[in-house]
Amino acid sequence: MKRQKASPEAESKYKPAKPFTCEDFNRVRRILGERVVFIQGDAAVSYGALLAGCRFFAGYPITPATETGEILSRLLPKVGGICIQMEDEIASVGAIIGASRAGAKSMTATSGPGFSLMQENIGYAAMTETPCVIVDVQRSGPSTGQPTEGAQGDIMQAKWGSHGDYELIALSPTTVQECLDLTIEAFNLAETYSVPVILLTDGIIGHMREKVVLPEFKDVEIIWRKEPTRPKEEFQPFFDDGTKIPEMAIFGTGYHTYITGLTHAESGYPATDSQPDHHRLVRRLCDKIRTNRERIIRVERDFPNAHTDRTTGIISYGVTSRSVYNAVKTLRREGMKIDHLRIITNWPFPEKEVAELSRRADRIVVPELNLGQVYHCVREAVAGRCDIVPLWKTGGEMHTPSEIVQAVKGTG
Amino acid sequence: MRTEIRFVAFGGQGIVLAGVILGEAAIADGKNAVQTQSYGPESRGGAAKSEVIISEEGIDYPMVMEADCLVALSQPGYDRFVTEVKPGGIILVDEDLVDADDPHTVSAFYRLPFAKTADKLGNRIVTNVVVLGSVCSITEVVGKENLVKAIETNVPEKFLGLNLKAFTEGYKIGRQVLEQEGQGRK
Repeated sequence: MKRQKASPEAESKYKPAKPFTCEDFNRVRRILGERVVFIQGDAAVSYGALLAGCRFFAGYPITPATETGEILSRLLPKVGGICIQMEDEIASVGAIIGASRAGAKSMTATSGPGFSLMQENIGYAAMTETPCVIVDVQRSGPSTGQPTEGAQGDIMQAKWGSHGDYELIALSPTTVQECLDLTIEAFNLAETYSVPVILLTDGIIGHMREKVVLPEFKDVEIIWRKEPTRPKEEFQPFFDDGTKIPEMAIFGTGYHTYITGLTHAESGYPATDSQPDHHRLVRRLCDKIRTNRERIIRVERDFPNAHTDRTTGIISYGVTSRSVYNAVKTLRREGMKIDHLRIITNWPFPEKEVAELSRRADRIVVPELNLGQVYHCVREAVAGRCDIVPLWKTGGEMHTPSEIVQAVKGTG
Repeated sequence: MRTEIRFVAFGGQGIVLAGVILGEAAIADGKNAVQTQSYGPESRGGAAKSEVIISEEGIDYPMVMEADCLVALSQPGYDRFVTEVKPGGIILVDEDLVDADDPHTVSAFYRLPFAKTADKLGNRIVTNVVVLGSVCSITEVVGKENLVKAIETNVPEKFLGLNLKAFTEGYKIGRQVLEQEGQGRK
């Protein structure tokens, strides 16, 4: 049978993300319309993806993440991109890995049950060092749990969901504006470190509408992967040039590139019985993130107290931070010395920053919409220097500010 | 100042859209707004809640703590949330859909013909926009012009005329009750 050729029209429609110029960015901006918009977190993620140069989305609908794919299904074709509804979440990650390797920045979006299914291929993306963005709009679990309610139950799964030794990056937005900003950042990190990046939003922010100001081209940095600089005949897809991040040749550009989930040599070909090759590979996969922690990790420090003061610390991330902001105002009005650390980068975990807080604080309160996840990371980083008070809540509602106030005062 | 408005109804009565339109109008007024909602898995008939917080300042906690204004289009919604209104707050209920008397815990309680007005205009589906009209004239939490603009961008063009009529009628109803009370605000 004769292989069917793509129609010239389809060929001309599809454009890989690169090069992403000011003109491309402004084209997206024109399609998105007004500069100030009132949109949901899920929509802000879609907008952020388009502005970051995402040109491929594959996903399977699931509450509360569906809107992201829905919006991209309307907008991606307008910028020469592709949106596919896949048969499931396993295939969705498979598709975005392939698309990324073929030269398009790519993304999928899901919620807890789908995120569980994605883990196998997230490991494949980590092993093959394929940049891609996975949005997890967290809802209550385990299993199908509460579809229309938000939660923060996938923090540990985001890091440890696939087997073996690997590192990736996970970010937690607190506002709808940050859903947009951190989606752009997620793409930049994925492209910089050749790694899957997880955006951990939740059902509350995902469906919450807020004012969002769309950035101008001058306000953002859009990063593109490190393409080969060496001659084609010398190119090795997993050669470490000293940066621990290999150059990435896009499939079909003439470079000999082979990727596999098996342990591989720098050539890309399997080397499954070689202990040195395996060790070198997984060490590099982890070290390319670990040795760049300082560049990757972002937190928001609100430590207004003097170094000599003994304070009460609060550590929060994601939507829970909104309740904490309100509680901190109340507590400080009442004269309490409060230090607040908001975690933006959940993985790699900001151990140093948490340790710094534990040297100032007598106790640290950790509110989360789960039964203890970041609490464990905090405990490890604090290493017994102060008390840790977990404040867990499940069922779909966020902490009220007064619940946090009471926990800080020790009356809750 | 932070103003919290809570709409409660059955799914399908359009209160999520009402919240979205109100929030958009507040943004156009140059303020900040957050709109959240909760509903069951069914698209119609279950309990639905839509909340809008409007403030000149940044909005940290995005949920209602104590409502300044409760709008109830369903009995279970009213019963559940009537006690969570500020002492100085306002309650608006649909006179046919909610059976309630002034709880005397708030500064103003109004029973208004939202659904009946929509019926008179020929389609109950615009009840939510009648509500918006009354909320606008009674609370003045958003500017009338920006609210009309937000309605225009959010309803299908085919039904724009009907919705604008619904808004005007709702606005009038609100004005009337204020005048009857002799406390009509400018």
